[in-house]
Amino acid sequence: MFNKEIESMPEKKMKELQLERLKWSVNHAYTNVPFYKKKFDAAGFHPDQLKSLDDMKRVPFLTKQDMRDNYPYGLFAVPLSKVVRVHASSGTTGNATVVGYTKSDVNVFAEVVARCLAAYGVSENDVIQNAYGYGLFTGGLGLHYGSEKLGALTVPISGGNTPRQLMLFKDFGTTVLCSTPSYALNVADYIETKMPDFKIESTKLRVGVFGAEPWSEAMRAEIEKRLKIDAYDIYGLSEVIGPGVSCECSAKSGLHVHEDHFYVEIIDPDTGEVLPEGTKGEIVYTSLTKEAFPGIRYRSRDISMLYHDNCSCGRTLVKMEKVSGRSDDMLIIRGVNVFPSQVETILMEAEGTEPHYQIIVDRKGSMDDIEVMVEVNEKIFSDELKVLNNLSKNIADRFRSVLGITAKVTLVEPQTIPRSEGKAVRVVDKRKI
Amino acid sequence: MNVTQLSAFVSNKPGHLQKVLKALADENVNIVTLIVAETSDFGILRMIVNDSERGLKALRENNITCSVNDVLALEIDDKPGSLFNALDVFAKKNLNIEYMYAFTEKRDGRAVMIFRFEDIEAAKNALADSGYNIVRKIDLIGENK
Repeated sequence: MFNKEIESMPEKKMKELQLERLKWSVNHAYTNVPFYKKKFDAAGFHPDQLKSLDDMKRVPFLTKQDMRDNYPYGLFAVPLSKVVRVHASSGTTGNATVVGYTKSDVNVFAEVVARCLAAYGVSENDVIQNAYGYGLFTGGLGLHYGSEKLGALTVPISGGNTPRQLMLFKDFGTTVLCSTPSYALNVADYIETKMPDFKIESTKLRVGVFGAEPWSEAMRAEIEKRLKIDAYDIYGLSEVIGPGVSCECSAKSGLHVHEDHFYVEIIDPDTGEVLPEGTKGEIVYTSLTKEAFPGIRYRSRDISMLYHDNCSCGRTLVKMEKVSGRSDDMLIIRGVNVFPSQVETILMEAEGTEPHYQIIVDRKGSMDDIEVMVEVNEKIFSDELKVLNNLSKNIADRFRSVLGITAKVTLVEPQTIPRSEGKAVRVVDKRKI
Repeated sequence: MNVTQLSAFVSNKPGHLQKVLKALADENVNIVTLIVAETSDFGILRMIVNDSERGLKALRENNITCSVNDVLALEIDDKPGSLFNALDVFAKKNLNIEYMYAFTEKRDGRAVMIFRFEDIEAAKNALADSGYNIVRKIDLIGENK
């Protein structure tokens, strides 16, 4: 463990630490950000009323829209002279959401990422090739600073240029790859189709650190098999800090939340009511130590569940289930809740199709129409029409049996579906409701 | 004789077939004959080319999904009833033809048919068993290979 005292702290002691830090954080936001003061006052809440963790349920939520409305610096709680870095999300559906970090925030960010890497069995003896995009996206710099904090040799290659990535695997003796899980599969595809003589076994690669998009257990199995590595989930969101909010450990089941820095709750996404441990719902985050950009009860839209399970790794930190989808990515198709991760599992199980797919939902008349586009690679291609027709039919059948919805399956050429080095666009909702 | 067929996956949209043809043209790969099996969304382009290995490489480098496999090439008389007679051999042995197509060019006044079987050896044996001596080793793919 990178920080044994915190990571194995008894639950009760952790709760005391959280309450103490919560009081500071909520007061910090109220005192220094007019937006919070206005919002809290309107809700009849004052930071002095925060006497126990349970009182958090009285605090109003922060939404992505609030962040957009206060673009760019409206939610910062310190003068800009104290801010040393900003990150921002892409802003494809409105203003970008901008977050700021003081020197201390940058240190916290590095610390939680270093804890994650240590939880995957990575140490200063490793060579970490960081293929997350460097830039406004938190992935690149987040992993970079965490890797340096751990003391590992850090290769800041950024995303893309797969031939160069492979060359550095060999030349630099890379042992750890950090990227999105879909990029890891791209690398495996590239080796198979373009560089059949490249033997991944001949490299020292042993660990993959994957995050920034939801991925299924089936996808983990495929990445591990094809790249001959242990693949671990790293979770985070820029609104909270970036990657490192939580991480898997050697148990590869559930992610430990770094709850000394982030207080987590699960709520019912429809009513906003707090749900007990062991219940699925939307995760809500409150920063406990962040100076520049305190986030108080930020609605993540990520769907998960919190639990304690006496983890075999020795960490006592609360666990969250691997995120199964986002409440705003969740599609309601003809009344059925569908998460992209379910679609991924269906595709992986139908003839081993890799999950380069996109779901397009449209409304024709009063009926929702779902189309699943699947890229045809050499593994599933056949010169016989009946084989490809069967593949479409199998996928459509599984949609019907698993999700209870009728989908049109369209097979498309490779590289048809947009995929960035960052997040893959899995769902296009064209419905105008 | 066995002939190597090159197949490619092509979306059924304007310009997509050209992408395949350009990839082959750029590598100086000549198409001897071809057929497209189409659906409303996509087509499977099957081709006999003068250099299937180079063709496969060219398509892969252009991110076109493709494969190669063996098909049976059969030379028959270009006159009424000869295709019927040839197919009779397969029907009698209960061998299903997955698909077939013809060469565009005649060879010495004879037609060349391409057959795709699940089991190409069984089809060849059937022809031999029936004494149907119509298989001829012909130069299918031109002078440059």
